[in-house]
Amino acid sequence: MASIEMTNIVKKYGDGFPAVNDVSLDIADGEFMILVGPSGCGKSTLLRMIVGLEDITSGDMVIGGKRVNDLAPRDRNLSMVFQNYALYPHMTVFENIAFPLRLAKTPDDEVRRKVNAASDVLELKEHLERKPANLSGGQRQRVAMGRAIVRDAEAFLFDEPLSNLDAKLRGQMRTEISRLQRRLGITTVYVTHDQTEAMTLGDRVCVLRKGKIQQVASPRELYEQPVNLFVAGFIGSPPMNFLPATPEGNRLKTPFGDIELDERRAAAVAGHDLLLVGIRPEYFEDASLVDDAKRPVGSIFRAKVDVTEWLGDSQYAYIPYDAPDSIKAHLRDLSKELDSEELRTQAIVSIDATSRIREGREAEFWLDSRKVHVFDPESGENLTRDAEAGAELTRLATQDRLEHLESARAQQDGASDGQTGARGGATAVGAA
Amino acid sequence: MSARKKVLWILGGVLITVYCLFPIAWIVSLSLKAPGDLNNGGFLPSALTWENYELILSGDASGLFLPALRNSFGICLIATAISCLLAMFAAYAIARLDFPGKKVILSTALVVAIFPIISIVTPLFNLWRNIGLYDTWPGLIIPYLSLTLPISIWTMSAFFREIPWEMEQAAQVDGATSWQAFRRVIVPLAAPGVFTTAIIAFFIAWNDFLYGISLTSTSAARPVPAAIGLFSGESQFVEPTGSIAAAAVIVTIPVVVLVLLFQRRIVAGLTNGAVKG
Repeated sequence: MASIEMTNIVKKYGDGFPAVNDVSLDIADGEFMILVGPSGCGKSTLLRMIVGLEDITSGDMVIGGKRVNDLAPRDRNLSMVFQNYALYPHMTVFENIAFPLRLAKTPDDEVRRKVNAASDVLELKEHLERKPANLSGGQRQRVAMGRAIVRDAEAFLFDEPLSNLDAKLRGQMRTEISRLQRRLGITTVYVTHDQTEAMTLGDRVCVLRKGKIQQVASPRELYEQPVNLFVAGFIGSPPMNFLPATPEGNRLKTPFGDIELDERRAAAVAGHDLLLVGIRPEYFEDASLVDDAKRPVGSIFRAKVDVTEWLGDSQYAYIPYDAPDSIKAHLRDLSKELDSEELRTQAIVSIDATSRIREGREAEFWLDSRKVHVFDPESGENLTRDAEAGAELTRLATQDRLEHLESARAQQDGASDGQTGARGGATAVGAA
Repeated sequence: MSARKKVLWILGGVLITVYCLFPIAWIVSLSLKAPGDLNNGGFLPSALTWENYELILSGDASGLFLPALRNSFGICLIATAISCLLAMFAAYAIARLDFPGKKVILSTALVVAIFPIISIVTPLFNLWRNIGLYDTWPGLIIPYLSLTLPISIWTMSAFFREIPWEMEQAAQVDGATSWQAFRRVIVPLAAPGVFTTAIIAFFIAWNDFLYGISLTSTSAARPVPAAIGLFSGESQFVEPTGSIAAAAVIVTIPVVVLVLLFQRRIVAGLTNGAVKG
């Protein structure tokens, strides 16, 4: 187990294009770090530089206090789960998991013991003699994980490990990975483009865009205090709505009526002509269903609903709006960068599942103005970000993690003191 | 409809099989005819006789045929083994590494493969005589490599290219050196490709006539196709058709056996299950 420190890492390909550009990132011992971003943002390249499959053009990569820039992958003692699992098809599951141990010339009985332990954790016991070709997708995924956990690696690296599974299995494996990492308390770097995975798994999430780090923070901070338009638009599903706005005193004029800002935010946006106001879908509500107590903290507006989607536990309404051409162009560029194709300017609004608002009719909405963020459309910068509140969120998350880690390690020490029976029981319960 | 379709399919299949196997059947039939019976006007021999086989295996022609058979086996197997080994390394480099001159190597291999043999046989004959390779096994193995290597490199690099890169990277992350990754992961996965290549290379060497007839003079190194060409009848007016047919049948046997032995290995898709199915 080790920390991973990256300082000014750059990766340039033959044509001089920087796939990773000046990335500095510290991953603490035992931390679960997520690298996330749209395709082509350099997240996989960064991971492959950590493991040594990709040369580092410049910068320092330090793992466990040792500079590893010039070490071959096999000398870095990291283990990795590939997107397509990369199992060895000519070997049985047992030999697949045992492969790293065999290469390290581990004695036979120790190999057997370790592989059996790993297969217990991953419930692969009855498949050990089968070939990967005969396994289901989820089982193959577990074999790949088994190969990673069987030796005492400094860190785990995951390269979109769940993207080949169907949605249901993906959810199950996600919690499984999370549980495993918590229990082993091992430093983990996890690449994904799926933001559900990013939000649920990570202690901290690093959002990349075109090879540059945008923000490194706990999922909560990313969601509530994004640094710029890109992070705000990338994190959250359905995504944040961006409406054109013009400031007037401490009010913002938007297509959905005026939004009143508090002192701090009003001061931050002063001096700009045209702004983008970012409002998450859940900051809206069907006005008729809002408590009288809550009404005064937001504003009420009327709008025509284009489409509604009722999902049982929630409901979304789509409200088209008009925007100046310059804003439209900005939004189109942004959605292209986020791998989506936004054809029209519309707001996605989350309303209560019981709401009677129907398609094609005009309805009254309430908008919670306390949490809106205001962005500069030119630079994309978040003008109203509260850095202190954000840092506090991440500090809390770090504290949680350290407590968790400590208890996991205490448990493991207890188990190695000869309480193998108790640990076996705990495993069975944990797995069930 | 489906019944009629089935009949048509079977009919077509039978037609093609007959078309393909007819020359072989003819050779077999010829090899079983007595010399006087060769022109009997019928497809089948009037009376079955093993005379031709006796002639080449233990009779007058056996002095020509048996050493040639031994030479052919030895030379072709050695040439195949060397060319497979060399082609494996070359193809791996071509499929995996990025180095200047990669295209040049591939196109040179292609040029070598299509270069007319006849134009280099005479210079080679002189060269071999001067340096003492004429009428020896190495004297044939070396030119056979020039026939088998290009095709071996091309087929094997196609096979190597189909093995996912991740296999090897995974092995490296797991702690393997490049050589270990190659030997323990890539080679087993490429086995069907290696077998296919070996068989193709073997046939090319096995079927060669031009080098065999030009670069040998005695049974020290003369391969079967050249030896068959030197068969003679009882007198200069009699064609040795029967014994040639018998020799041809015998020469075909190893080919058939090889294909039957290895066809499962060739067909087996070993990479199945390596990556997401």
